[in-house]
Amino acid sequence: MEGCVATELRLGLPGTDNVRNKKRPLQEADEECGANGKSDAQDETAPPAKAQIVGWPPIRSYRKKNIQAKKNDSEGPGIYIKVGMDGAPYLRKIDLKVYSGYPDLLQALENMFKFTIGKYSEREGYKGSDYAPTYEDKDGDWMLVGDDPWELFITSCKRLRIMKGSEARGLGCGV
Amino acid sequence: MPKRLAYSLSDEVLEHVFSFIQSDKDRNVVSAVCKSWYEIERWCRRKIFVGNCYAVSPKMVIRRFPQVRSIELKGKPHFADFNLVPDGWGGYVLPWITEMAGAYPWLDEIRLKRMVVTDESLELIAKSFKDFKVLVLASCEGFSTDGLAAIAASCKNLRELDLRESEVDDSSVHWLSHFPETYTSMVSLNISCLGSGEVSFSALERLVSRCPNLRSLKLNRAVPLDKTANILRLAPQLVEFSTCTYSAELRSDVFSNLAGAFSNCKELRSLSGFWDVVPDYLPAIYSVCSRLTSLNLSYATIHSPDLIKLVSHCPSLQRLLVLDYIEDSGLEALASNCKDLQELRVFPSDPFDVEPNASLTEQGLVAVSLGCPKLQSVLYFCRRMSNAALVTIAQNCPNLTRFRLCIIEPNTADYLTGEPFDVGFGAIVEHCKDLIRLSLSGLLTDCVFEYIGKYAKKLEMLSVAFAGDSDLGLHHVLSGCESLRKLEIRDCPFGDKALLTNAAKLETMRSLLMSSCSVSLEACKLLSQKMPRLNVEVIDERGPPDSRPKNCTVDKLYIYRSVAGPRFDMPPFVWTKDEDLALRLSP
Repeated sequence: MEGCVATELRLGLPGTDNVRNKKRPLQEADEECGANGKSDAQDETAPPAKAQIVGWPPIRSYRKKNIQAKKNDSEGPGIYIKVGMDGAPYLRKIDLKVYSGYPDLLQALENMFKFTIGKYSEREGYKGSDYAPTYEDKDGDWMLVGDDPWELFITSCKRLRIMKGSEARGLGCGV
Repeated sequence: MPKRLAYSLSDEVLEHVFSFIQSDKDRNVVSAVCKSWYEIERWCRRKIFVGNCYAVSPKMVIRRFPQVRSIELKGKPHFADFNLVPDGWGGYVLPWITEMAGAYPWLDEIRLKRMVVTDESLELIAKSFKDFKVLVLASCEGFSTDGLAAIAASCKNLRELDLRESEVDDSSVHWLSHFPETYTSMVSLNISCLGSGEVSFSALERLVSRCPNLRSLKLNRAVPLDKTANILRLAPQLVEFSTCTYSAELRSDVFSNLAGAFSNCKELRSLSGFWDVVPDYLPAIYSVCSRLTSLNLSYATIHSPDLIKLVSHCPSLQRLLVLDYIEDSGLEALASNCKDLQELRVFPSDPFDVEPNASLTEQGLVAVSLGCPKLQSVLYFCRRMSNAALVTIAQNCPNLTRFRLCIIEPNTADYLTGEPFDVGFGAIVEHCKDLIRLSLSGLLTDCVFEYIGKYAKKLEMLSVAFAGDSDLGLHHVLSGCESLRKLEIRDCPFGDKALLTNAAKLETMRSLLMSSCSVSLEACKLLSQKMPRLNVEVIDERGPPDSRPKNCTVDKLYIYRSVAGPRFDMPPFVWTKDEDLALRLSP
C-alpha cells in the first residue's frame, strides 16, 4: 500500500489518510463551466473564500447558476449616492456596492470625513461620539444606518448624512 | 373450477379490467400471473417508465410492448445534478427516439429526465409522431431553440411543453413564433429556464391569448413587470404561474395594474419565480394568497419580515420552497399560519460562505414539525443541528416520507453535545415508518447505518456523504434496507468487502453510485465477473484505472442492473469489464 499512497493522485492535505477529510479544491474551470461544456462570462467570479468541495453542498447546477447570476447582477452598475456631513462645505459621492457591509462602509466614511463614529448597538444606536450616520430611504424618511440587513439597506438608501452634535445624540437613544 | 377461471374471461374483458390498472408495479404483477395475462397485458400497456435508460434497450421495450403511447425515461444518476458525473458520460435519447419513431407512430407523450437531447432528436419527434401532445424535458441538455422551433411548428396538438431546469442553447431563432396562428392547444408551458434572448414577448402574448385551455404558465426571468400584468389579464384562468423580474422601484401605476391582474385569477393555486422581486411589490399578490397551495420563493431575495407578512396571508399553503432568509422567526410564523403544510424546502442563500448570513438554525425546522401535523417532505439546508432537535422532529412527524437534511459543513457534530448524529437520524428512521427517501449529513459513524438497516424498511433512496467509519456501514444498509432502489454515496470509507458480500442485493436495486470511496479496481472486476446482469462502470477522468498501482481505489463507481448488457456509447473515461479490465483479470 506504501507505493500506492506515494504515487496516488490525491488532493487531500499531506499526512491525512482519512477519506473523510478529502476536500478537493475547485477544478481549474468554474464548476458551471465544466458541467455545461461552454464558457459563460457569467461564471467568472472572484476566488472563493475557502477551497470548495466539488458538488458540495448538494445544490443543483441550475440553482447555483441563479445564485451566481444574482451576485453578478449586483456586480453590475454601482449604487452611487451622495454623502454629506454637517458642517462640511461640500458633499461626496460613494458607490455602496464596493463595501462588504456596515463596518466597511463606516470605516470608509470615517476616513473620508476624518471623524470617529461610536459603537453601534441596536438599543442605543451609535454610542460614544458626537456623530451618527443616517440615511434617507425610499419613503423619504431619515433612518439610522445599521438597523436593516445590509442587502436591504443598499437597495433602499437614497443618500447618506452624518449628523453631528445634539441632534445626533438624540437619535437612537430610546426615542 | 378455480383453475379454469383464468380462461373463462375473454381477452376483451380482461383488457377492459386491466385498463383500470395504471401503476407500473401493478401492471407488472398482472403480467406475471400467467402466460395469457402476460400476452393480453403487453398489448394493452400504454405507459412505460424506464428509470434507467441503460437498464433495457429500446428494441426490447418495443418487442414486448408494441402499442405504447407514453414513455418516461431517466438518464444520468441523481449525483449528476451536483457535477459528480463528468460531462459526456451518456444518457443520449436519440437511439430511443429513432427506434420509437418507427414502432410507435401514435406515441404522444415523452418525458425525459437528465438526458442528452439534441436538436436532431427534437426534429425527429416533431416529424414522427402525428398526434404528439406532451414533451417534458427535466434537467436535460444538448439542444437549442432550433429544436424547439421544430416542435412548435409541427406539433399541432401539443398540450404540454415543459423545459424545467434544462440547459437550452440560444440559436437566436424566435422559436415561439413558429407556433402557427391556428395553434390553440397549449395547456402547460414551462420556459423558466430560458435566457433573456430566447423568448419574443409579443409572440408569447399572442400565444397566450389564443390558448383558452392554458392552465400552467412558467415564464423566464427576462419578462418585465408591466408585461406580467398583460399576460395575466390574457389568461385569468391560470392555475400555476411563474412570475418574472420584479426589479425597479415601486411605481404605483405598475403596482395597481399588477394587483388588478392578479385579483382576476380566481383559479391560481401555485406561484413561483419571483426573481429579483422587490418586497414592495409583494402585496400585489395578496388577493390570491388565501387560495395558494404552492409557493416557490427559492429564487427571491426577500427577507424575513416580508416573508412573514406574505406567509400570514397563505393559510392554505401545502408546499413552500424558500431561501434561508426566512430564518427561524419566519418558520415559526409558517408553523402557526399554515396548518396544511405538507412539503417544506429551505435552500441556502449563500452556500459557500463559512459564516451564516441568515439566522436559520435547527429551531426553525423544529417549530414547523410541531406546528404542521401534515408535514411529509422536508429538504433543509442549515449550519447547525442537534440530536435533540432531530429526535423531536421524528416524534412530531411520524408521517414523514422524505427527509433530506444538509448540514452545510461536512462532519459537523451536534452543536450541543459534540456527538455524531447517529441517534438523531436513528430516531428519524425509527419513528417515520413510511420514510422512502433520506439524505444524511453531519458527523456520522457506522452506528447510524445500523439504525437505518434495522428500521428503514420502506426506504427507497438514500444519499450519504462524508459519513461512516468502515465497510460495516455500507453492509448494514445493503443487508437491511429491503426496499432500497437507489443508493448514492460520496467520500465515505466504504469498500470492497461490503460490496462483494452484498453483490446479489445490487441486482434488486436500480443503481448504486459511489464517488471517492474505498473500492478497489480488483473488486470492480470481481463484481463484474460474478454478476453478469450488472453493469459495473468505473468512471475515472484521471486515466485508465489499470495504470494505477494495484489496490488503488477507483474515483467513481456506477453499478446498475441491466438486461440490455453493456452499453456502446461510453466515453473514454468510463471503463467496464468488456474493456481492458477483462484482459488483465488473469495474471
